[in-house]
Amino acid sequence: MSECLQRIWRFGDSINTDDILPGKYAPFMVGETEFQRYAFAHLRPEFAADVRPGDILVGGRNWGLGSSREYAPQALKKLGIGAIIAKSFARIHYRNLLNLGIPAFEAPELVELLQDGDNVRYEWAEGIVHRGAESFSLPKPPLFLHEVLAEGSVLAYYKKYKKFPGEGRLS
Amino acid sequence: MTYDLKGLTLAERILSVRSGRRVKAGDLVVVPVDQVMVVDSIAPSVIRLLKEELAGEIRYPERVSFVIDHVAPAANVEVATTQKQVREFAREHQINLFDVGRGICHQVLIEERLAQPGWVVVGSDSHSTIYGAVGAFGTGMGATDIALAVASGRTWFRVPETVRILFKGSRPAGVTAKDIALEVVRVLTADGATYASIEYHGTETFSLSERMTLANLAVEAGAKVGLVPTVGEALGAYEVPDWLAVDEASYETTVEIDLSGLRPSLSVPFFVDNVHPVENHLGVPVDQVFVGTCTNGRLDDLRAVAAILEGRRVAERTRLLIIPASSTVLEQAVADGTVATLLAAGAVFGTPGCGPCMGRHMGVLAPGEVCVSTSNRNFMGRMGSPEAKIFLASPEVAAASALAGAIALPETPSFGGDR
Ligand code: SF4
Repeated sequence: MSECLQRIWRFGDSINTDDILPGKYAPFMVGETEFQRYAFAHLRPEFAADVRPGDILVGGRNWGLGSSREYAPQALKKLGIGAIIAKSFARIHYRNLLNLGIPAFEAPELVELLQDGDNVRYEWAEGIVHRGAESFSLPKPPLFLHEVLAEGSVLAYYKKYKKFPGEGRLS
Repeated sequence: MTYDLKGLTLAERILSVRSGRRVKAGDLVVVPVDQVMVVDSIAPSVIRLLKEELAGEIRYPERVSFVIDHVAPAANVEVATTQKQVREFAREHQINLFDVGRGICHQVLIEERLAQPGWVVVGSDSHSTIYGAVGAFGTGMGATDIALAVASGRTWFRVPETVRILFKGSRPAGVTAKDIALEVVRVLTADGATYASIEYHGTETFSLSERMTLANLAVEAGAKVGLVPTVGEALGAYEVPDWLAVDEASYETTVEIDLSGLRPSLSVPFFVDNVHPVENHLGVPVDQVFVGTCTNGRLDDLRAVAAILEGRRVAERTRLLIIPASSTVLEQAVADGTVATLLAAGAVFGTPGCGPCMGRHMGVLAPGEVCVSTSNRNFMGRMGSPEAKIFLASPEVAAASALAGAIALPETPSFGGDR
Protein backbone atom coordinates (compact mmCIF):
# COMPACT_ATOMS: atom_id res chain seq x y z
CA MET A 1 0.00 0.00 0.00
CA SER A 2 1.36 3.44 -0.93
CA GLU A 3 2.66 5.92 1.61
CA CYS A 4 0.74 8.90 0.27
CA LEU A 5 -2.10 10.37 2.29
CA GLN A 6 -5.75 9.59 1.68
CA ARG A 7 -8.62 11.93 2.30
CA ILE A 8 -11.58 11.15 4.55
CA TRP A 9 -15.00 11.90 3.12
CA ARG A 10 -17.48 11.91 5.96
CA PHE A 11 -21.21 11.25 5.47
CA GLY A 12 -24.13 10.90 7.88
CA ASP A 13 -26.59 8.13 8.79
CA SER A 14 -28.82 6.19 6.37
CA ILE A 15 -26.90 6.89 3.17
CA ASN A 16 -29.05 5.00 0.67
CA THR A 17 -28.24 3.59 -2.74
CA ASP A 18 -30.04 6.52 -4.35
CA ASP A 19 -27.68 8.91 -2.54
CA ILE A 20 -24.64 6.93 -3.69
CA LEU A 21 -25.84 6.85 -7.27
CA PRO A 22 -29.23 8.36 -8.13
CA GLY A 23 -31.31 6.02 -10.30
CA LYS A 24 -31.47 8.51 -13.17
CA TYR A 25 -27.69 8.22 -13.54
CA ALA A 26 -27.71 4.43 -13.77
CA PRO A 27 -25.30 2.98 -16.35
CA PHE A 28 -28.15 2.21 -18.74
CA MET A 29 -29.22 5.86 -18.56
CA VAL A 30 -25.88 7.69 -18.90
CA GLY A 31 -23.54 5.00 -20.22
CA GLU A 32 -21.12 2.47 -18.76
CA THR A 33 -18.17 4.85 -18.91
CA GLU A 34 -19.88 7.89 -17.45
CA PHE A 35 -22.08 6.87 -14.54
CA GLN A 36 -19.43 7.07 -11.80
CA ARG A 37 -19.23 10.84 -12.40
CA TYR A 38 -22.63 11.11 -10.73
CA ALA A 39 -21.70 9.43 -7.45
CA PHE A 40 -23.28 11.47 -4.65
CA ALA A 41 -24.50 13.94 -7.30
CA HIS A 42 -27.30 15.20 -5.07
CA LEU A 43 -25.64 14.98 -1.68
CA ARG A 44 -22.13 16.24 -2.51
CA PRO A 45 -21.93 17.43 -6.10
CA GLU A 46 -18.17 18.12 -5.85
CA PHE A 47 -17.40 14.56 -4.74
CA ALA A 48 -16.90 12.73 -8.02
CA ALA A 49 -14.57 15.39 -9.43
CA ASP A 50 -12.51 15.83 -6.26
CA VAL A 51 -12.21 12.29 -4.94
CA ARG A 52 -8.85 10.59 -5.45
CA PRO A 53 -8.07 6.89 -5.72
CA GLY A 54 -7.58 5.40 -2.27
CA ASP A 55 -9.74 7.96 -0.47
CA ILE A 56 -11.88 6.63 2.36
CA LEU A 57 -15.60 7.12 2.88
CA VAL A 58 -16.87 7.31 6.43
CA GLY A 59 -20.56 6.92 7.17
CA GLY A 60 -23.05 6.51 9.98
CA ARG A 61 -25.73 3.91 10.55
CA ASN A 62 -27.22 1.65 7.87
CA TRP A 63 -24.88 2.64 5.04
CA GLY A 64 -26.27 1.48 1.69
CA LEU A 65 -29.88 0.83 2.57
CA GLY A 66 -32.45 0.64 -0.21
CA SER A 67 -32.26 -1.19 -3.47
CA SER A 68 -29.88 -4.02 -4.33
CA ARG A 69 -28.49 -2.06 -7.32
CA GLU A 70 -24.92 -3.20 -7.79
CA TYR A 71 -24.09 -0.20 -9.95
CA ALA A 72 -24.07 2.11 -6.92
CA PRO A 73 -20.96 0.54 -5.32
CA GLN A 74 -19.66 -0.09 -8.86
CA ALA A 75 -19.49 3.69 -9.31
CA LEU A 76 -17.38 3.98 -6.12
CA LYS A 77 -15.14 1.20 -7.33
CA LYS A 78 -14.59 2.99 -10.63
CA LEU A 79 -13.57 6.08 -8.68
CA GLY A 80 -11.02 3.96 -6.83
CA ILE A 81 -12.43 4.30 -3.30
CA GLY A 82 -9.96 2.70 -0.88
CA ALA A 83 -12.40 1.64 1.83
CA ILE A 84 -15.68 2.45 3.51
CA ILE A 85 -15.84 2.71 7.30
CA ALA A 86 -19.33 2.97 8.76
CA LYS A 87 -21.23 2.47 12.00
CA SER A 88 -23.25 -0.23 10.23
CA PHE A 89 -24.05 -1.44 6.71
CA ALA A 90 -27.28 -2.55 5.05
CA ARG A 91 -27.00 -6.22 4.22
CA ILE A 92 -27.45 -6.63 0.47
CA HIS A 93 -25.26 -3.58 -0.14
CA TYR A 94 -22.51 -4.99 2.11
CA ARG A 95 -22.41 -8.13 -0.01
CA ASN A 96 -22.29 -6.06 -3.15
CA LEU A 97 -19.25 -4.23 -1.73
CA LEU A 98 -17.52 -7.52 -1.04
CA ASN A 99 -18.40 -8.84 -4.45
CA LEU A 100 -16.78 -5.81 -5.99
CA GLY A 101 -13.77 -5.97 -3.66
CA ILE A 102 -14.32 -2.68 -1.82
CA PRO A 103 -13.04 -3.02 1.78
CA ALA A 104 -15.87 -2.27 4.19
CA PHE A 105 -15.34 -1.92 7.93
CA GLU A 106 -17.92 -1.64 10.65
CA ALA A 107 -16.19 0.53 13.26
CA PRO A 108 -18.58 2.85 15.12
CA GLU A 109 -15.93 4.29 17.48
CA LEU A 110 -13.61 5.14 14.63
CA VAL A 111 -16.43 6.84 12.74
CA GLU A 112 -16.77 9.26 15.66
CA LEU A 113 -13.06 10.08 15.59
CA LEU A 114 -12.53 10.70 11.89
CA GLN A 115 -13.43 14.10 10.45
CA ASP A 116 -14.26 15.18 6.95
CA GLY A 117 -11.11 16.33 5.18
CA ASP A 118 -8.73 14.45 7.49
CA ASN A 119 -5.67 13.11 5.75
CA VAL A 120 -4.76 9.61 6.78
CA ARG A 121 -2.56 6.74 5.83
CA TYR A 122 -4.30 3.45 5.66
CA GLU A 123 -3.09 -0.15 5.66
CA TRP A 124 -5.97 -2.51 5.37
CA ALA A 125 -3.87 -5.62 5.64
CA GLU A 126 -2.57 -4.49 9.03
CA GLY A 127 -5.93 -2.94 9.89
CA ILE A 128 -4.49 0.42 10.90
CA VAL A 129 -5.42 3.98 10.01
CA HIS A 130 -2.75 6.61 10.79
CA ARG A 131 -3.61 10.29 11.23
CA GLY A 132 -0.45 12.27 11.97
CA ALA A 133 1.03 10.74 15.10
CA GLU A 134 -2.22 8.96 16.02
CA SER A 135 -3.13 5.52 14.89
CA PHE A 136 -6.45 3.71 15.06
CA SER A 137 -7.01 0.01 14.59
CA LEU A 138 -9.77 -1.30 12.43
CA PRO A 139 -11.69 -4.42 13.32
CA LYS A 140 -9.64 -7.26 11.90
CA PRO A 141 -11.05 -8.20 8.52
CA PRO A 142 -11.70 -11.92 8.33
CA LEU A 143 -9.24 -13.97 6.35
CA PHE A 144 -12.05 -14.36 3.85
CA LEU A 145 -11.99 -10.63 3.13
CA HIS A 146 -8.20 -10.59 2.79
CA GLU A 147 -8.43 -13.25 0.14
CA VAL A 148 -11.22 -11.45 -1.68
CA LEU A 149 -9.28 -8.20 -1.71
CA ALA A 150 -6.10 -9.89 -2.88
CA GLU A 151 -7.92 -11.05 -6.00
CA GLY A 152 -10.05 -7.94 -6.45
CA SER A 153 -13.51 -9.40 -5.91
CA VAL A 154 -15.41 -12.56 -5.02
CA LEU A 155 -16.12 -13.04 -8.71
CA ALA A 156 -12.43 -12.74 -9.62
CA TYR A 157 -11.50 -15.13 -6.82
CA TYR A 158 -14.03 -17.70 -7.94
CA LYS A 159 -12.94 -17.42 -11.56
CA LYS A 160 -9.34 -18.10 -10.59
CA TYR A 161 -9.76 -20.85 -7.99
CA LYS A 162 -13.21 -22.29 -8.81
CA LYS A 163 -14.07 -22.03 -5.14
CA PHE A 164 -15.02 -19.36 -2.64
CA PRO A 165 -12.45 -17.72 -0.38
CA GLY A 166 -11.92 -19.85 2.72
CA GLU A 167 -13.73 -22.82 1.21
CA GLY A 168 -12.10 -26.09 2.20
CA ARG A 169 -10.27 -24.43 5.06
CA LEU A 170 -13.58 -23.47 6.68
CA SER A 171 -14.86 -26.97 7.10
CA MET B 1 -23.72 -36.08 12.61
CA THR B 2 -20.36 -35.57 14.24
CA TYR B 3 -21.17 -32.18 15.65
CA ASP B 4 -23.64 -30.99 18.24
CA LEU B 5 -26.55 -28.69 17.38
CA LYS B 6 -27.58 -28.06 20.97
CA GLY B 7 -28.35 -24.47 21.79
CA LEU B 8 -28.28 -23.29 18.18
CA THR B 9 -30.85 -21.00 16.55
CA LEU B 10 -32.70 -22.10 13.40
CA ALA B 11 -30.35 -20.11 11.18
CA GLU B 12 -27.29 -21.60 12.90
CA ARG B 13 -28.79 -25.07 12.64
CA ILE B 14 -29.43 -24.88 8.91
CA LEU B 15 -26.02 -23.39 8.14
CA SER B 16 -24.31 -25.93 10.42
CA VAL B 17 -25.94 -28.90 8.74
CA ARG B 18 -25.38 -27.48 5.27
CA SER B 19 -21.70 -26.73 5.94
CA GLY B 20 -21.10 -29.94 7.89
CA ARG B 21 -19.76 -28.40 11.11
CA ARG B 22 -21.18 -26.54 14.12
CA VAL B 23 -21.28 -22.83 13.28
CA LYS B 24 -22.39 -19.86 15.37
CA ALA B 25 -23.44 -16.29 14.66
CA GLY B 26 -20.50 -14.38 13.21
CA ASP B 27 -18.86 -17.37 11.50
CA LEU B 28 -18.39 -17.41 7.77
CA VAL B 29 -19.64 -20.43 5.88
CA VAL B 30 -19.80 -21.70 2.32
CA VAL B 31 -22.88 -23.83 1.75
CA PRO B 32 -24.52 -25.66 -1.13
CA VAL B 33 -27.60 -23.86 -2.41
CA ASP B 34 -30.68 -26.03 -2.78
CA GLN B 35 -32.50 -23.59 -5.04
CA VAL B 36 -31.61 -20.35 -6.84
CA MET B 37 -34.55 -18.22 -7.94
CA VAL B 38 -34.10 -15.58 -10.63
CA VAL B 39 -36.86 -13.17 -11.68
CA ASP B 40 -37.40 -11.85 -15.19
CA SER B 41 -35.98 -8.38 -14.56
CA ILE B 42 -32.66 -9.61 -13.10
CA ALA B 43 -32.23 -12.71 -15.29
CA PRO B 44 -30.61 -10.77 -18.18
CA SER B 45 -27.77 -9.49 -15.90
CA VAL B 46 -27.32 -12.96 -14.44
CA ILE B 47 -27.19 -14.53 -17.91
CA ARG B 48 -24.64 -11.92 -19.02
CA LEU B 49 -22.42 -12.67 -15.98
CA LEU B 50 -22.72 -16.41 -16.58
CA LYS B 51 -21.78 -16.08 -20.23
CA GLU B 52 -19.10 -13.39 -20.03
CA GLU B 53 -17.50 -13.99 -16.65
CA LEU B 54 -18.22 -17.55 -15.63
CA ALA B 55 -17.62 -19.46 -18.85
CA GLY B 56 -21.23 -20.59 -18.96
CA GLU B 57 -20.82 -22.78 -15.88
CA ILE B 58 -24.13 -23.94 -14.37
CA ARG B 59 -23.46 -26.51 -11.70
CA TYR B 60 -26.97 -27.80 -11.06
CA PRO B 61 -29.49 -26.51 -13.63
CA GLU B 62 -32.26 -28.42 -11.84
CA ARG B 63 -31.66 -26.24 -8.80
CA VAL B 64 -32.22 -23.04 -10.75
CA SER B 65 -35.62 -21.49 -11.45
CA PHE B 66 -36.39 -18.55 -13.71
CA VAL B 67 -39.77 -16.93 -13.11
CA ILE B 68 -41.34 -14.47 -15.52
CA ASP B 69 -43.53 -12.54 -13.11
CA HIS B 70 -42.44 -8.95 -12.56
CA VAL B 71 -43.58 -7.64 -15.95
CA ALA B 72 -45.81 -10.44 -17.21
CA PRO B 73 -47.21 -10.45 -19.82
CA ALA B 74 -44.55 -8.21 -21.36
CA ALA B 75 -45.47 -4.52 -21.35
CA ASN B 76 -43.43 -3.43 -24.38
CA VAL B 77 -41.10 -4.68 -27.10
CA GLU B 78 -37.99 -4.18 -25.01
CA VAL B 79 -39.30 -6.32 -22.16
CA ALA B 80 -40.65 -8.91 -24.62
CA THR B 81 -37.22 -9.17 -26.21
CA THR B 82 -35.39 -9.76 -22.92
CA GLN B 83 -38.01 -12.28 -21.84
CA LYS B 84 -37.51 -14.13 -25.09
CA GLN B 85 -33.78 -14.37 -24.32
CA VAL B 86 -34.50 -15.55 -20.79
CA ARG B 87 -36.80 -18.31 -22.10
CA GLU B 88 -34.28 -19.43 -24.70
CA PHE B 89 -31.46 -19.54 -22.15
CA ALA B 90 -33.61 -21.55 -19.72
CA ARG B 91 -34.54 -24.09 -22.38
CA GLU B 92 -31.01 -24.39 -23.66
CA HIS B 93 -29.67 -25.12 -20.16
CA GLN B 94 -32.58 -27.16 -18.74
CA ILE B 95 -33.31 -24.53 -16.12
CA ASN B 96 -36.81 -24.60 -14.58
CA LEU B 97 -38.88 -21.96 -16.33
CA PHE B 98 -42.12 -20.61 -14.93
CA ASP B 99 -43.52 -18.47 -17.68
CA VAL B 100 -46.11 -15.68 -17.89
CA GLY B 101 -49.17 -16.35 -15.76
CA ARG B 102 -47.79 -19.11 -13.57
CA GLY B 103 -47.48 -16.56 -10.79
CA ILE B 104 -45.22 -14.64 -8.45
CA CYS B 105 -41.74 -16.17 -7.99
CA HIS B 106 -42.08 -16.78 -4.25
CA GLN B 107 -45.58 -18.24 -4.42
CA VAL B 108 -44.59 -20.51 -7.31
CA LEU B 109 -41.45 -21.84 -5.60
CA ILE B 110 -43.40 -22.75 -2.49
CA GLU B 111 -46.25 -24.34 -4.48
CA GLU B 112 -43.75 -26.33 -6.53
CA ARG B 113 -41.98 -27.47 -3.34
CA LEU B 114 -38.78 -25.86 -4.54
CA ALA B 115 -38.31 -24.54 -1.02
CA GLN B 116 -38.32 -27.10 1.78
CA PRO B 117 -37.62 -27.22 5.51
CA GLY B 118 -33.89 -26.98 6.17
CA TRP B 119 -32.99 -25.90 2.63
CA VAL B 120 -30.92 -22.92 1.57
CA VAL B 121 -32.78 -20.88 -1.05
CA VAL B 122 -31.42 -17.68 -2.56
CA GLY B 123 -33.37 -15.34 -4.82
CA SER B 124 -32.69 -12.26 -6.91
CA ASP B 125 -35.47 -10.52 -5.00
CA SER B 126 -35.28 -9.04 -1.53
CA HIS B 127 -38.51 -10.70 -0.36
CA SER B 128 -36.86 -14.12 -0.62
CA THR B 129 -37.03 -14.13 3.18
CA ILE B 130 -40.49 -15.65 2.55
CA TYR B 131 -38.99 -19.17 2.27
CA GLY B 132 -38.57 -19.06 6.04
CA ALA B 133 -42.30 -19.82 6.12
CA VAL B 134 -41.45 -23.46 5.36
CA GLY B 135 -38.31 -23.46 7.50
CA ALA B 136 -35.89 -22.73 4.64
CA PHE B 137 -32.98 -20.30 4.96
CA GLY B 138 -34.22 -17.90 2.26
CA THR B 139 -32.55 -14.62 1.38
CA GLY B 140 -32.26 -12.04 -1.41
CA MET B 141 -29.04 -11.13 -3.21
CA GLY B 142 -27.61 -8.93 -5.98
CA ALA B 143 -26.89 -10.13 -9.52
CA THR B 144 -23.24 -11.16 -8.96
CA ASP B 145 -24.07 -13.30 -5.93
CA ILE B 146 -26.91 -14.94 -7.81
CA ALA B 147 -24.75 -15.63 -10.86
CA LEU B 148 -22.06 -17.17 -8.63
CA ALA B 149 -24.67 -19.35 -6.93
CA VAL B 150 -25.97 -20.54 -10.31
CA ALA B 151 -22.45 -21.26 -11.57
CA SER B 152 -21.02 -22.93 -8.46
CA GLY B 153 -24.12 -24.37 -6.78
CA ARG B 154 -22.88 -22.72 -3.58
CA THR B 155 -22.78 -19.40 -1.79
CA TRP B 156 -21.16 -17.86 1.27
CA PHE B 157 -22.84 -16.39 4.34
CA ARG B 158 -21.94 -14.76 7.58
CA VAL B 159 -24.03 -16.72 10.08
CA PRO B 160 -26.61 -14.22 11.38
CA GLU B 161 -27.46 -13.32 14.95
CA THR B 162 -31.08 -14.01 15.78
CA VAL B 163 -33.84 -11.73 16.98
CA ARG B 164 -36.54 -13.87 18.56
CA ILE B 165 -40.07 -12.58 18.25
CA LEU B 166 -42.33 -14.17 20.81
CA PHE B 167 -46.05 -13.82 20.20
CA LYS B 168 -48.19 -13.97 23.34
CA GLY B 169 -51.93 -13.87 23.86
CA SER B 170 -54.60 -14.49 21.26
CA ARG B 171 -55.41 -12.17 18.44
CA PRO B 172 -58.68 -10.26 18.49
CA ALA B 173 -61.18 -10.80 15.65
CA GLY B 174 -60.13 -8.82 12.60
CA VAL B 175 -56.42 -8.86 13.39
CA THR B 176 -54.71 -10.75 10.57
CA ALA B 177 -51.22 -12.07 9.87
CA LYS B 178 -50.62 -8.86 7.90
CA ASP B 179 -51.34 -6.73 10.96
CA ILE B 180 -49.01 -8.93 12.99
CA ALA B 181 -46.27 -8.75 10.34
CA LEU B 182 -46.58 -4.95 10.21
CA GLU B 183 -46.42 -4.77 14.01
CA VAL B 184 -43.12 -6.68 13.94
CA VAL B 185 -41.71 -4.16 11.44
CA ARG B 186 -43.02 -1.24 13.51
CA VAL B 187 -41.45 -2.58 16.70
CA LEU B 188 -38.10 -3.51 15.12
CA THR B 189 -38.00 -0.49 12.72
CA ALA B 190 -36.64 -0.55 9.16
CA ASP B 191 -33.07 -1.41 10.20
CA GLY B 192 -33.76 -3.09 13.52
CA ALA B 193 -32.92 -6.56 12.25
CA THR B 194 -30.17 -5.73 9.73
CA TYR B 195 -28.00 -8.82 9.04
CA ALA B 196 -30.07 -10.77 11.54
CA SER B 197 -32.37 -13.72 11.39
CA ILE B 198 -35.85 -13.14 12.77
CA GLU B 199 -37.37 -16.21 14.41
CA TYR B 200 -41.12 -16.03 14.90
CA HIS B 201 -42.18 -18.01 17.96
CA GLY B 202 -45.72 -18.54 19.18
CA THR B 203 -46.81 -19.30 15.61
CA GLU B 204 -47.84 -22.96 16.03
CA THR B 205 -51.42 -22.24 14.93
CA PHE B 206 -50.48 -20.03 11.98
CA SER B 207 -51.44 -21.35 8.52
CA LEU B 208 -48.84 -21.68 5.76
CA SER B 209 -50.23 -18.59 4.05
CA GLU B 210 -49.98 -16.59 7.28
CA ARG B 211 -46.42 -17.77 7.83
CA MET B 212 -45.59 -16.60 4.32
CA THR B 213 -46.99 -13.13 5.08
CA LEU B 214 -44.85 -12.91 8.23
CA ALA B 215 -41.61 -14.11 6.65
CA ASN B 216 -42.19 -11.98 3.55
CA LEU B 217 -42.07 -8.78 5.61
CA ALA B 218 -38.92 -9.78 7.56
CA VAL B 219 -36.80 -7.94 5.02
CA GLU B 220 -38.68 -4.70 5.76
CA ALA B 221 -36.91 -4.74 9.15
CA GLY B 222 -33.60 -5.31 7.30
CA ALA B 223 -33.41 -9.02 8.12
CA LYS B 224 -31.35 -11.56 6.20
CA VAL B 225 -33.85 -14.35 6.90
CA GLY B 226 -37.23 -14.65 8.62
CA LEU B 227 -37.67 -18.16 9.99
CA VAL B 228 -40.91 -19.61 11.30
CA PRO B 229 -40.31 -22.73 13.43
CA THR B 230 -41.61 -25.79 11.59
CA VAL B 231 -44.06 -26.65 14.34
CA GLY B 232 -47.79 -27.03 13.74
CA GLU B 233 -50.23 -28.53 11.28
CA ALA B 234 -49.40 -26.06 8.54
CA LEU B 235 -46.24 -27.98 7.68
CA GLY B 236 -48.02 -31.35 7.66
CA ALA B 237 -47.32 -31.94 3.99
CA TYR B 238 -43.59 -31.39 4.38
CA GLU B 239 -40.84 -33.66 5.57
CA VAL B 240 -39.29 -31.78 8.47
CA PRO B 241 -35.82 -33.00 9.46
CA ASP B 242 -35.43 -33.76 13.17
CA TRP B 243 -32.45 -31.45 13.47
CA LEU B 244 -34.66 -28.47 12.65
CA ALA B 245 -36.45 -28.63 16.00
CA VAL B 246 -35.41 -25.72 18.21
CA ASP B 247 -34.28 -26.22 21.78
CA GLU B 248 -32.99 -23.53 24.16
CA ALA B 249 -30.97 -21.39 21.81
CA SER B 250 -29.02 -18.26 22.65
CA TYR B 251 -30.79 -15.34 21.10
CA GLU B 252 -29.29 -11.93 20.58
CA THR B 253 -32.60 -10.34 21.61
CA THR B 254 -36.13 -11.43 22.39
CA VAL B 255 -39.05 -9.15 21.66
CA GLU B 256 -42.43 -10.09 23.07
CA ILE B 257 -45.52 -8.98 21.20
CA ASP B 258 -48.90 -9.31 22.88
CA LEU B 259 -51.29 -10.19 20.08
CA SER B 260 -54.35 -9.41 22.18
CA GLY B 261 -53.38 -5.73 22.12
CA LEU B 262 -53.23 -5.46 18.31
CA ARG B 263 -55.72 -3.72 16.03
CA PRO B 264 -56.12 -3.70 12.25
CA SER B 265 -53.28 -1.53 10.99
CA LEU B 266 -52.05 0.48 8.06
CA SER B 267 -48.53 1.17 6.95
CA VAL B 268 -48.71 4.85 6.07
CA PRO B 269 -46.65 6.50 3.27
CA PHE B 270 -43.76 6.50 2.66
CA PHE B 271 -42.15 3.94 4.97
CA VAL B 272 -43.16 0.41 5.83
CA ASP B 273 -42.34 0.82 9.53
CA ASN B 274 -44.70 3.82 9.76
CA VAL B 275 -47.53 1.68 11.13
CA HIS B 276 -50.73 3.11 12.66
CA PRO B 277 -54.19 1.85 13.61
CA VAL B 278 -56.69 2.03 10.73
CA GLU B 279 -58.88 4.28 12.94
CA ASN B 280 -56.38 7.14 12.55
CA HIS B 281 -57.02 7.34 8.81
CA LEU B 282 -60.69 6.45 8.42
CA GLY B 283 -62.45 8.26 5.60
CA VAL B 284 -59.42 9.05 3.42
CA PRO B 285 -60.84 8.75 -0.15
CA VAL B 286 -59.40 5.80 -2.08
CA ASP B 287 -58.95 5.63 -5.87
CA GLN B 288 -57.61 2.11 -6.18
CA VAL B 289 -57.62 -0.98 -4.02
CA PHE B 290 -55.04 -3.60 -4.98
CA VAL B 291 -55.37 -7.13 -3.63
CA GLY B 292 -52.46 -9.37 -4.57
CA THR B 293 -48.65 -9.83 -4.31
CA CYS B 294 -46.46 -12.34 -2.54
CA THR B 295 -47.61 -10.83 0.76
CA ASN B 296 -51.39 -11.27 0.43
CA GLY B 297 -52.48 -12.67 -2.93
CA ARG B 298 -53.34 -16.21 -1.86
CA LEU B 299 -56.61 -18.12 -1.74
CA ASP B 300 -57.35 -17.25 1.91
CA ASP B 301 -56.77 -13.58 1.11
CA LEU B 302 -59.14 -13.65 -1.87
CA ARG B 303 -61.73 -15.49 0.19
CA ALA B 304 -61.49 -12.92 2.98
CA VAL B 305 -62.15 -10.17 0.46
CA ALA B 306 -65.06 -12.14 -1.08
CA ALA B 307 -66.62 -12.71 2.35
CA ILE B 308 -66.80 -8.95 2.87
CA LEU B 309 -67.93 -8.09 -0.68
CA GLU B 310 -70.48 -10.90 -1.11
CA GLY B 311 -73.73 -9.50 -2.49
CA ARG B 312 -72.41 -5.94 -2.51
CA ARG B 313 -70.75 -3.53 -4.92
CA VAL B 314 -67.46 -1.70 -4.82
CA ALA B 315 -67.85 2.11 -4.42
CA GLU B 316 -68.24 3.95 -7.69
CA ARG B 317 -65.15 6.13 -7.19
CA THR B 318 -62.88 3.16 -6.47
CA ARG B 319 -61.24 0.56 -8.73
CA LEU B 320 -60.76 -2.85 -7.17
CA LEU B 321 -57.89 -4.67 -8.83
CA ILE B 322 -57.25 -8.29 -7.86
CA ILE B 323 -54.22 -10.25 -9.03
CA PRO B 324 -53.99 -13.81 -7.69
CA ALA B 325 -50.49 -14.78 -6.61
CA SER B 326 -50.41 -17.81 -8.91
CA SER B 327 -52.33 -19.77 -11.51
CA THR B 328 -53.08 -22.36 -8.81
CA VAL B 329 -54.62 -19.71 -6.58
CA LEU B 330 -56.68 -18.47 -9.54
CA GLU B 331 -57.90 -21.98 -10.41
CA GLN B 332 -58.91 -22.67 -6.83
CA ALA B 333 -60.65 -19.32 -6.51
CA VAL B 334 -62.59 -20.03 -9.70
CA ALA B 335 -63.51 -23.53 -8.54
CA ASP B 336 -64.88 -22.47 -5.16
CA GLY B 337 -66.85 -19.49 -6.48
CA THR B 338 -64.62 -16.80 -4.95
CA VAL B 339 -63.86 -15.27 -8.33
CA ALA B 340 -67.57 -15.14 -9.27
CA THR B 341 -68.37 -13.35 -6.01
CA LEU B 342 -65.58 -10.86 -6.57
CA LEU B 343 -66.54 -10.22 -10.20
CA ALA B 344 -70.14 -9.64 -9.17
CA ALA B 345 -68.91 -7.07 -6.67
CA GLY B 346 -67.11 -5.19 -9.44
CA ALA B 347 -63.55 -6.47 -9.12
CA VAL B 348 -61.17 -6.41 -12.08
CA PHE B 349 -58.69 -9.30 -12.45
CA GLY B 350 -55.13 -9.34 -13.76
CA THR B 351 -52.82 -12.15 -14.87
CA PRO B 352 -51.18 -13.92 -11.89
CA GLY B 353 -47.86 -12.19 -11.22
CA CYS B 354 -46.56 -9.08 -9.48
CA GLY B 355 -48.91 -6.67 -11.25
CA PRO B 356 -48.44 -3.01 -10.24
CA CYS B 357 -46.57 -3.87 -7.00
CA MET B 358 -43.40 -2.16 -8.26
CA GLY B 359 -45.12 0.29 -10.55
CA ARG B 360 -44.27 -0.91 -14.02
CA HIS B 361 -47.64 -1.90 -15.48
CA MET B 362 -51.20 -3.15 -14.89
CA GLY B 363 -52.49 -0.56 -12.45
CA VAL B 364 -49.91 2.15 -11.82
CA LEU B 365 -51.02 5.23 -9.91
CA ALA B 366 -51.50 8.80 -11.13
CA PRO B 367 -50.30 11.87 -9.20
CA GLY B 368 -52.54 12.55 -6.22
CA GLU B 369 -54.12 9.08 -6.22
CA VAL B 370 -54.51 7.02 -3.09
CA CYS B 371 -54.19 3.24 -3.11
CA VAL B 372 -54.92 0.75 -0.37
CA SER B 373 -52.72 -2.22 -1.19
CA THR B 374 -52.14 -5.64 0.34
CA SER B 375 -48.48 -5.51 -0.79
CA ASN B 376 -45.31 -4.92 1.21
CA ARG B 377 -43.75 -1.59 0.18
CA ASN B 378 -45.18 1.92 0.22
CA PHE B 379 -42.04 3.84 -0.77
CA MET B 380 -42.46 7.06 -2.69
CA GLY B 381 -43.18 6.24 -6.34
CA ARG B 382 -43.25 2.49 -5.75
CA MET B 383 -46.50 1.98 -7.69
CA GLY B 384 -46.13 4.79 -10.21
CA SER B 385 -46.28 8.52 -9.54
CA PRO B 386 -44.13 9.79 -6.64
CA GLU B 387 -47.13 11.95 -5.81
CA ALA B 388 -49.39 8.96 -5.23
CA LYS B 389 -49.89 7.47 -1.77
CA ILE B 390 -49.88 3.79 -0.87
CA PHE B 391 -51.38 2.53 2.38
CA LEU B 392 -50.46 -1.09 3.14
CA ALA B 393 -53.21 -3.12 4.76
CA SER B 394 -54.74 -6.55 5.24
CA PRO B 395 -57.10 -7.95 2.58
CA GLU B 396 -60.00 -7.34 5.00
CA VAL B 397 -59.25 -3.63 5.36
CA ALA B 398 -58.64 -3.42 1.61
CA ALA B 399 -62.07 -4.96 0.94
CA ALA B 400 -63.84 -2.68 3.42
CA SER B 401 -62.12 0.33 1.86
CA ALA B 402 -63.18 -0.75 -1.64
CA LEU B 403 -66.80 -0.93 -0.48
CA ALA B 404 -66.68 2.43 1.27
CA GLY B 405 -64.56 4.22 -1.37
CA ALA B 406 -62.46 5.41 1.55
CA ILE B 407 -60.21 3.89 4.17
CA ALA B 408 -62.55 1.82 6.34
CA LEU B 409 -62.69 -1.01 8.83
CA PRO B 410 -64.73 -4.10 8.05
CA GLU B 411 -67.97 -4.04 10.03
CA THR B 412 -68.62 -6.75 12.55
CA PRO B 413 -69.54 -9.56 12.38
CA SER B 414 -68.09 -10.16 8.88
CA PHE B 415 -65.03 -8.37 10.25
CA GLY B 416 -62.61 -11.05 11.28
CA GLY B 417 -63.67 -14.42 12.46
CA ASP B 418 -61.87 -17.61 11.61
CA ARG B 419 -59.30 -17.59 8.86
S1 SF4 C 1 -45.28 -9.21 -5.69
FE1 SF4 C 1 -44.13 -7.32 -5.32
S2 SF4 C 1 -42.86 -7.72 -3.54
FE2 SF4 C 1 -43.60 -9.71 -4.30
S3 SF4 C 1 -41.97 -10.43 -5.68
FE3 SF4 C 1 -43.44 -9.31 -6.93
S4 SF4 C 1 -42.67 -7.19 -7.04
FE4 SF4 C 1 -41.61 -8.24 -5.32
